[in-house]
Amino acid sequence: MSIKIENLTKSYGNFLAVKDISFEVKTGEIVGFLGPNGAGKTTTMKLITTYLTQNSGKIFVDGIDTETDSLAVRKKIGYLPEQNPLYPDMNVIDYLKYAAELQSVEKSKIDESVKKMVRVCGLEDVKHKDIGELSKGYRQRVGLAQAMIHNPEVLLLDEPTSGLDPNQIIEIRKLIRDLGKQKTLILSTHILQEVQATCDRVIIINNGKIVADGTTDSLQKKFQGQLTISLTLKKDPKAGKEKIMSMFDSVNGVEKVKIVSDDNDVWKIDISANKGEDVRDAIFKKVVSNDMVLLNLHQEETSLEDIFRKLTTH
Amino acid sequence: MNNILTIFKKELKSYFYSPVAYIVIVVFLIITGWFFTSSLFVAGVITMRNVFDIIPFIFLFFIPAISMRTFSEEKKAGTIELLLTKPITDFEIVLGKFFSTFGLAALTLAPTVIYVFSLRMLGPVDFGSIFGAYIGLLLMSGLYIGIGIFASSMTENQVISFIISFLIIFALFMMNKILMFIPAPIVPIVEYLSSDYHFSSITRGVIDSKDLIYYFSGIYIMLLLTKTSLEARKW
Repeated sequence: MSIKIENLTKSYGNFLAVKDISFEVKTGEIVGFLGPNGAGKTTTMKLITTYLTQNSGKIFVDGIDTETDSLAVRKKIGYLPEQNPLYPDMNVIDYLKYAAELQSVEKSKIDESVKKMVRVCGLEDVKHKDIGELSKGYRQRVGLAQAMIHNPEVLLLDEPTSGLDPNQIIEIRKLIRDLGKQKTLILSTHILQEVQATCDRVIIINNGKIVADGTTDSLQKKFQGQLTISLTLKKDPKAGKEKIMSMFDSVNGVEKVKIVSDDNDVWKIDISANKGEDVRDAIFKKVVSNDMVLLNLHQEETSLEDIFRKLTTH
Repeated sequence: MNNILTIFKKELKSYFYSPVAYIVIVVFLIITGWFFTSSLFVAGVITMRNVFDIIPFIFLFFIPAISMRTFSEEKKAGTIELLLTKPITDFEIVLGKFFSTFGLAALTLAPTVIYVFSLRMLGPVDFGSIFGAYIGLLLMSGLYIGIGIFASSMTENQVISFIISFLIIFALFMMNKILMFIPAPIVPIVEYLSSDYHFSSITRGVIDSKDLIYYFSGIYIMLLLTKTSLEARKW
């Protein structure tokens, strides 16, 4: 069940929320839709679910055009909107039954699918309570259960963990990972760890445009800028600061050497290296050949956070 | 059809989840009950006339009150987005909500049938005109509910929804009472638009096709407008 988006554009009045974006999600892929607030993530989701219609461009869900056969598309999609809206005065079971009926689950299978979602989403203890009485974590589970009641092949989750406490976030993420198996899943978020923890692929969107698209690893490689290596050396009475500076300067690929601190018995040094070159090897050998003691050496990696900041702040 | 039934059941039940349904039914019965007993015991007349005369006035407030939440509440809570992304058409949603509110109005009217049967024990009753009056009340409430859910679909604020539907219903209701201030050529048009004019024509016991056309076309137009107002999100 693939999703294909071609040159999608959507504006609200004069405001262009989504500008000519195209991407494709393959069957079974878990894609993280990442971007700052107001980037166009939610709008794109609303377009895929046919809640809104685009100004131009096409969306195909499993080859079906959302504009020509929106009901068929909606049958295939499970959707958890932003803020997870629910009916507070309905109880969990009634609500899930209602959702199943609206999703045209066969009459004979409604009870079974409700039972299954209650079990899978861990709602056993609260199934007879009114939704309004539930904690935020449970509500989120109800929202997920509702989205998956008809066993959809495509799952769209708009900020599924917003507003939860750290324990709940971990639980919900685990639930999403388990449930997302064999499903095509798009998850929007502005939390970076979430993408790293759950997604195969990341699409970063900013100001309505896709600014990056790839696996987390490939993005990290692609956007790796200058590497910084920090090392700690044991002080050697024979060697002065200048000697150390010149010692590392002569290593191939090193751009800048800076002594960060000069405490009683250790030096802390930051070395910047050229893009794409791994100089750790050479640095280690240099230290050894100068008969000095290396206490610590590590390379700072470009995190997804850095990439995100780089791409979305101008 | 199934989808309409699903929404109808859920919506009708949800009136009873909250105190809304109980309050409106009780208030409605207290007011009509007072007019019934006062004509019976104070004036000593066996008639439903006073009850049927007062109900159109109660409807002015009662119908906006029961229909104001239909869409406004869902818009405010955001559940409208869930509903509109399910595989059902917008018009099915509108119909489901319309019939559920209509169902509540009918349930509220139903206990007043007791008045009719208690009158029957005391003396002769003109069942024909009473039947006509009930048909008239149901048609009138249908039109007002159409207006009410249309107003509700336009705003997420239930108070605004109440006021809009009250104003429209009040205007329709008053039209045949201000005919003397209106230039003669347009009097028939204004009179035709008046809901009370058609209601009193039906309560006379004659169910005329022009009255039925008025109510049914009015309901249909309001439902179409509601559907259009739901689709306005896509504009």
